[in-house]
Amino acid sequence: MEKIPILRMGSLLLVTIQVDLYDRLAENLEADLVQTINKTGAKGVLIDISAVSIIDSFMGRIIGNIATMSKILDAETVVVGMQPAVAITLVELGLPLKGVLSALNVEKGIELLTRKIADDKEPEDADDGDSE
Amino acid sequence: MTITREVDVIPFRNRLKEYAVKVGMSLVNQTKIITAASELARNMLKYAGGGNAVIEVISKGRENGIKLIFIDKGPGIPDVKLAMKDGFSTGKSLGLGLPGTKRLVSEFDIQSEVGKGTTVTVIKWKNG
Ligand SMILES: Nc1ncnc2c1ncn2[C@@H]1O[C@H](COP(=O)(O)OP(=O)(O)OP(=O)(O)O)[C@@H](O)[C@H]1O
Ligand SMILES: [Mg+2]
Repeated sequence: MEKIPILRMGSLLLVTIQVDLYDRLAENLEADLVQTINKTGAKGVLIDISAVSIIDSFMGRIIGNIATMSKILDAETVVVGMQPAVAITLVELGLPLKGVLSALNVEKGIELLTRKIADDKEPEDADDGDSE
Repeated sequence: MTITREVDVIPFRNRLKEYAVKVGMSLVNQTKIITAASELARNMLKYAGGGNAVIEVISKGRENGIKLIFIDKGPGIPDVKLAMKDGFSTGKSLGLGLPGTKRLVSEFDIQSEVGKGTTVTVIKWKNG
C-alpha cells in the first residue's frame, strides 16, 4: 500500500503531500504522524500541501486532527504552501482550519515553527507572531 | 460513473477536472466544483453505500457550465431542510458537506425520499 513518507529534521517532522489523498491514505498519515511524534518526541510538524489541489471537508478534518493530536503531544503543526484557489474554496465551504498555523512556504514554515518552539520553552515571551 | 469505493472518487475528480478545463473555467471555479463534487461523492459513499455520478457540459446563452448529478438508492434524508443546515450531521462529522457545497456552486437542487434514495444536482457556470 502507498504511504506518505515522514522526514525527520532535528526536532521537526516534515511531510510533503504529493498526491491527492484518498481517505484511507489520509487516515494512515494521521496515525503515522501521531506515532512518529510519540516515538521521536518531535516538537513541530510541517505539512507541505503545495501540491494539493483539492481540500474537502474530510481532508480539512484530517489536517485539523493532526494539529489537535500534535498539540496534545506538545508539538505544533504548520501547514505550508496552500494554493490560493484552495484557500478561497475552503473559506466558502465554511471550513476554518482551527488551531492550524499556516505559512507561505517550507522555509517560512520552519522559521515559524522554530520560533513557536522557542516561545513554548520561555513562556514569559508571551507576545508571539502567529500570522505571516 | 459508478462510485462504490473511496478510491473511485479520485478518477471521478480527474474526469471532472478535464471537463472543467475544457469549458474554460478559472482555476478557482475548477477547485470549487471539484471540492463540491468531492463532498457529494463522499456523502453518497458514507450514507448510501455508493451511487452514480454524471458529468454534463451545459450552456445557457453564451455561458457554459458543468452540471453534476449524484444519484443514490440509499436510505434517503428524512428532513432535507435540516440536513442543509451548517453543522447538522448524523455521521458525527462537521455537517459542512451539503451547505458548503451549495455555497460553492451556482445552482443546487436536492431531492430525497426516505427508503428510495437521494439525488443531488448542481450546476457551476464557467463564470459563476
Ligand atoms: N446521499 C445521502 N443519503 C442519505 N443521507 C445523506 C446523504 N447525504 C447527506 N445525508 C445526510 O445529511 C447530513 C448532512 O450532510 P453533510 O454532508 O452536510 O454533513 P456530513 O456528511 O454529516 O458532514 P461533513 O460533510 O462535514 O463531513 C448527513 O449527516 C446525513 O445524515
Ligand atoms: Mg458530508
